[in-house]
Amino acid sequence: MFERIKRLFRFGAKPNNPKNDESSKQEVEIVAEKPKIGYIHLSGCTGDVMSLSENYDILSELLTNMVDIVYGQTLADVWWDDENPMPEMDLALVEGSVCLQDEHSLKELYEVRKRAKLVCAFGSCAKNGCFTRFSRGGQQAQPKHESFVPLSDLVQVDLAIPGCPVSPEIVAKTVVALINGDMDYLAPMLDLAGCSTNCGCDLQASVVNKALCIGCGTCAMACPTRALSMNEGRPECNKNRCVKCGSCYTHCPRSWFPEDRIKQDLGL
Amino acid sequence: MVLGTYKEAISARATDKAIQKVSQDGGIVTALLSYALDEKIIEGAVVAGPGDKAFKPEPLVALTSDEIISAAGTKYTFSPNVWALKNAVRQYGLEKVGTVAIPCQLQGIRKTQSYPFATRFLADKISLIVGIFCMENFPYASLETFISEKMKSSLDLTEKMDIGMGKFITTTQDDELSIPLKETHGYEQAGCNICKDYTAELSDVSTGSVGSPNGWSTVLTRTDTGASLFSQAVEAGIIETKSMDDVKPGLGLLEKLSNSKKSSADKEITKRVDMGLPVPF
Repeated sequence: MFERIKRLFRFGAKPNNPKNDESSKQEVEIVAEKPKIGYIHLSGCTGDVMSLSENYDILSELLTNMVDIVYGQTLADVWWDDENPMPEMDLALVEGSVCLQDEHSLKELYEVRKRAKLVCAFGSCAKNGCFTRFSRGGQQAQPKHESFVPLSDLVQVDLAIPGCPVSPEIVAKTVVALINGDMDYLAPMLDLAGCSTNCGCDLQASVVNKALCIGCGTCAMACPTRALSMNEGRPECNKNRCVKCGSCYTHCPRSWFPEDRIKQDLGL
Repeated sequence: MVLGTYKEAISARATDKAIQKVSQDGGIVTALLSYALDEKIIEGAVVAGPGDKAFKPEPLVALTSDEIISAAGTKYTFSPNVWALKNAVRQYGLEKVGTVAIPCQLQGIRKTQSYPFATRFLADKISLIVGIFCMENFPYASLETFISEKMKSSLDLTEKMDIGMGKFITTTQDDELSIPLKETHGYEQAGCNICKDYTAELSDVSTGSVGSPNGWSTVLTRTDTGASLFSQAVEAGIIETKSMDDVKPGLGLLEKLSNSKKSSADKEITKRVDMGLPVPF
């Protein structure tokens, strides 16, 4: 996978350290051939693409000089139909889960998998279903739309950027890492692509039950809906608030721990 | 590196008598955070403030030196300060937040800073972290148990808790009680057993009693932020220092304890991996 990404962006692994949020201001080298990127919007709330477009300062440079956005309703006003085939893409960012009763979404997802070298589950809905996991159908405007599943239930997902929504900073950091060929930074996102189940309840099973929890409170900090609180040094999930985004597990220092990257970022 | 990467190791204490009176050792955490607040290096600090029960801290978003001083002194149980960082940023609207953290809390904060997946505009507001040396942490019920059953005392009677010279010590109004530290083994939380960080290696500046004489703390400056804050505080006369070479027991003891935490964690990690359990380190 590393090799595929490297080839795609035509870089050797050039070590580089995006420093905290300053990364967005970092100078980036201009690519010989611009990678073609598509944005596919399935069943998501648009929060992830809004986070992406909040990176105004790097986006103008990015959109004009660094990449070609070749597909996407919001970002490029291009929508595939029978007359206009979907373009080939180096990277497809897919927001939202996929509805099994929505023929168009299914068709688009399978087509994207064929056309894109890399498929990225962008945001928690795409990665693990998130809030759409609660759907039971029977609503307007499509009462039959009932079953929403993460992309990885249907197609191979190459990397995942979880979050509800994904933060603007992680988008900036990822873009800068990609453009600089900083493959190490992306490694956790490749690993996360394989996981589609985490949510607040999984903290108990995957961290507390595994003798890993230390009561630091990082999960509760990361929870976007304040579903998590800390009680006697352990996370407690209020299931009525949990949207199953998995931010808690993603951020837990005991789920995976990028020690080298942290030290590099801190200059230690 | 057994103590992590650091610029300088110094023995130090707060000069303010009010801090000395309430602090665990040299009062470095209290002095540095309140100095940073006074100098507007931070706008507030998340500290382990007093809770409803004795020695059961609650994270507190401190906006004044007095509030920081109210949180002085070590508590040997959980205070999920990382959780409260969110309140500091979102509810209090602070742009520059300081905090005090033990090694595992630092791991959570630093991971979030390097990979801010879901923490929209939060991680970059955490601008100063004073780390404290930590061997292990106890559930509150553990403290209750060994203080009542082994020391025949109670948390309500306890005025100060300390660990030093291989002993767990509590001070009551008219007595000093102690048990060998070994007696507390088996009461720490299990998650601590795989942690290899004794000296808060990911902090901006870290501190703890080990290595320095009574009433003083050993300080390790690590990042540029931590080093410059510390030297400013020394220049301002907030903190006085001694060379590590001139104090007993010195850096050797700190290295010894740090090594022992690392090697016992390694052993536990091997054991867990053999059992097929997940370990992130």
